[in-house]
Amino acid sequence: MSEFLHLLGSGLALGGIYAIMALALVMIYQATQLINFAQGEMAMFSTYVAWKLMDSGWPYWRAFAATVIVSFIGGLIIERVVVRPFARAPILTSVIVSIGLAFVFNALAGYLYGYSVVSFDSPFGDRPLFGSGYMSAHEAGAVLVSLCVLVVVYAFFRFTPLGLAMRAAAQNPVSSRLVGIRVGWMLALGWGLAAAIGSIAGMMAAPIVYLDPNMMFGILLYAFAGAVLGGIDNPFGAAFGGFAVGVMENLVGAYVVGPEVKLTVALAIIIAVLVWRPSGLFGRRLVARV
Amino acid sequence: MAILEAKGLEAWYGPVKALHGVDFEVGDGGVTAVLGANGAGKTTILRAISGLIRRAGAIRFRGRPIGALATEDIARLGIAHVPDGRGTFVDLTVEENLRLGAYVRADRQAVREDFDRAFGLFPRLAERRRQQAGTLSGGEQQMLAIARALLMRPSLLMLDEPSFGLAPLVVAEIFRALGGINREEGVSLLIVEQNASLALDLADHAVLIETGAVALSGPSPAIRDNEAVRRAYLGY
Repeated sequence: MSEFLHLLGSGLALGGIYAIMALALVMIYQATQLINFAQGEMAMFSTYVAWKLMDSGWPYWRAFAATVIVSFIGGLIIERVVVRPFARAPILTSVIVSIGLAFVFNALAGYLYGYSVVSFDSPFGDRPLFGSGYMSAHEAGAVLVSLCVLVVVYAFFRFTPLGLAMRAAAQNPVSSRLVGIRVGWMLALGWGLAAAIGSIAGMMAAPIVYLDPNMMFGILLYAFAGAVLGGIDNPFGAAFGGFAVGVMENLVGAYVVGPEVKLTVALAIIIAVLVWRPSGLFGRRLVARV
Repeated sequence: MAILEAKGLEAWYGPVKALHGVDFEVGDGGVTAVLGANGAGKTTILRAISGLIRRAGAIRFRGRPIGALATEDIARLGIAHVPDGRGTFVDLTVEENLRLGAYVRADRQAVREDFDRAFGLFPRLAERRRQQAGTLSGGEQQMLAIARALLMRPSLLMLDEPSFGLAPLVVAEIFRALGGINREEGVSLLIVEQNASLALDLADHAVLIETGAVALSGPSPAIRDNEAVRRAYLGY
């Protein structure tokens, strides 16, 4: 039982990280119908930025805040400079651009910071939480941070005028323009926000999986699986999917098959769900009115 | 003085030219109807004014050229366009749709008043305030689209086939509301309509479009009395 709870706890911690990344993926997908394949690498790069700042003596939370802000601005700039020129190109072009961006960030991180694995401190410490074996303090902190991010993003989109305008711009760009919304800037803000929350995911993940340029690749894969499981067009379905994948990964790895095959089994479960519900657990069924 | 003037307006959908030099005006505080058969280019005119498609020619709003402006800037100048198909944000609530109409405005007190006025004009929207817009009936969505446009406090309201697909009673209600908006608040109207009779009742001026060019234009009584128009569009 205690082993189960421990697996559940660390599954939720990783799941929270997947949930944040899944949310970032869905935010951009909803606005542009594109998957940002560079989301993970951008998060990894942001984490290196944080690491560099802390290495230069910055206290953790100041480095954290600065990284989130720099990532937001970076995401905004990337959308305007790299993604926007291809807005009218075929979708495949944008896919290639986003994959290319992933390679660029990966190589840049390796070039600037080296490929050896680096340790990244957690602000929560490594002690087990409450002295029990269920969850480390960092894992608990990561879950808390993930939940905070989800709540803040939800509140932003649901209750603020800017959030409403961003939702409108994603759903119906033409009508949005007709009420005076600058749709282009809404897209840029979306990228900025996705980059910012990705950086948080990266900083929560690094103490668990250690920091190196390839840190986020597996995480992005799981996040993507979580997003698809929950429904790629539903932000909170996607977040739920992220948590579900995190927990499933651990439980499958411990009780069903060993850690070597757990990814395969987790993905197989997801495929099974999709066969039954193609739009994901909470996604909207696409019914086209002819 | 005309609030909107178009001279030599041309427009394209990709490589296809849809408007071949159209001239017309909307008087300040007036109502102009754009009539014509399906495919004549009526919707194209509104899209060209709003900058949704490639266009050329002189378009002036309150004397100021707008032919090179982006759609959102044209909207911010005070032109509200209710597109064909209504353009409702179907996944958002009625209230959220209306808030989006007021998005660019900073005068919160006036916005509150406009909300009240919109609900007064269309009480059914007040009842369905928190309902998802896509679940409203066609007539209600049309009312919502008009209300949203009114929340922009436009000087010019452009409507694309407001009667489309709606029951006659609902249409009458909507046109009554439009007349009220024009008379009481001085909002100029540019209405594209298939229903020529209805449009001519409301308008003081009308333009007849055929295959992307103006076939006839003049004060509505003259258009209504025109033999050819009566036979082709009014059915008698």
